[in-house]
Amino acid sequence: MPKIYFEDFAPGQVRKFGPRRITREEMLAFAADFDPQPMHLDEEGGRASMLGGLAASGLFTCSIAMRMVADGILLRSSSMGANAVEEIRWLAPVRAGDALTLRLTVLDTRRSRSRPDLGFVRMLWEMFDQDGGVVMTLTAPMMFGTRSGPNS
Amino acid sequence: MTFYEHVRVGECLRLGSHLFTADAIRSFAKSFDPQPFHLDEEAAKRSQFGALCASGWHTIAVWMRLMVEFQKREIQARHARGEPAATFGPSPGFRDVKWLKPVYAGDIITYETEITAKRVSASRPGFGLVTLFNWGANQHNERVMSFINTVFVPRLPR
Repeated sequence: MPKIYFEDFAPGQVRKFGPRRITREEMLAFAADFDPQPMHLDEEGGRASMLGGLAASGLFTCSIAMRMVADGILLRSSSMGANAVEEIRWLAPVRAGDALTLRLTVLDTRRSRSRPDLGFVRMLWEMFDQDGGVVMTLTAPMMFGTRSGPNS
Repeated sequence: MTFYEHVRVGECLRLGSHLFTADAIRSFAKSFDPQPFHLDEEAAKRSQFGALCASGWHTIAVWMRLMVEFQKREIQARHARGEPAATFGPSPGFRDVKWLKPVYAGDIITYETEITAKRVSASRPGFGLVTLFNWGANQHNERVMSFINTVFVPRLPR
């Protein structure tokens, strides 16, 4: 039984997850599988790039954020997935050993007109490093079933 | 892609195709997006998707992989012709990511990229910013995802 439904979200609500420490091994494994650019593979490639040293793939940071949202909310919610991301911004490099925290802020909520059993919750995701610097932001509408919907 | 000066707006890049296997879908989901419809065939049948399907992030990660491989081939070809070549990246961001249809186990997704705009970077004078419209289509010619990104591309040394 899900515990979190569309009705449980309201604009301005903030939820925090983490810290999640990033290991060099998992960063490199993701880069080898999906983003084998020199700056994501070793120190030398990183130093030769704009990132100034070995840095995680931005998509790895997104994937870690996704995992934090799944563990923190989605797996005990009436989540029906998401079909869009409005914007992703990578603001600072993520390094091996960084401890990342994620802050989710509900921007607005809207019940679907065509499907009363679901609603959209638009959220701002902000990922911070251990020094409080923002490394990534993302804005996305996510779909949740309502309490009266079929998943309730 | 190569140096900023060689980037042609309007050019379309055919990045290649990728088969999404059930094993790869589950493996990505286990690490990064463990929602039941990405992990378990039975749970997926009961979901709005109707069958095991890939995390949207997985479909973007595969685009990235094919884009990096495309770049490597292009750089090798340019070097073979004795022409200058440069590596692109990083990207300051993506926008308008749309997951239009589920990507199911067994689907073959073909990725393409159109170069839609270019401008010199104001903050980094050695670089240009190139805007790309990217999409993937399945074996039925249905577009399954699309997004826009910008990427830093080095300018020719002067």
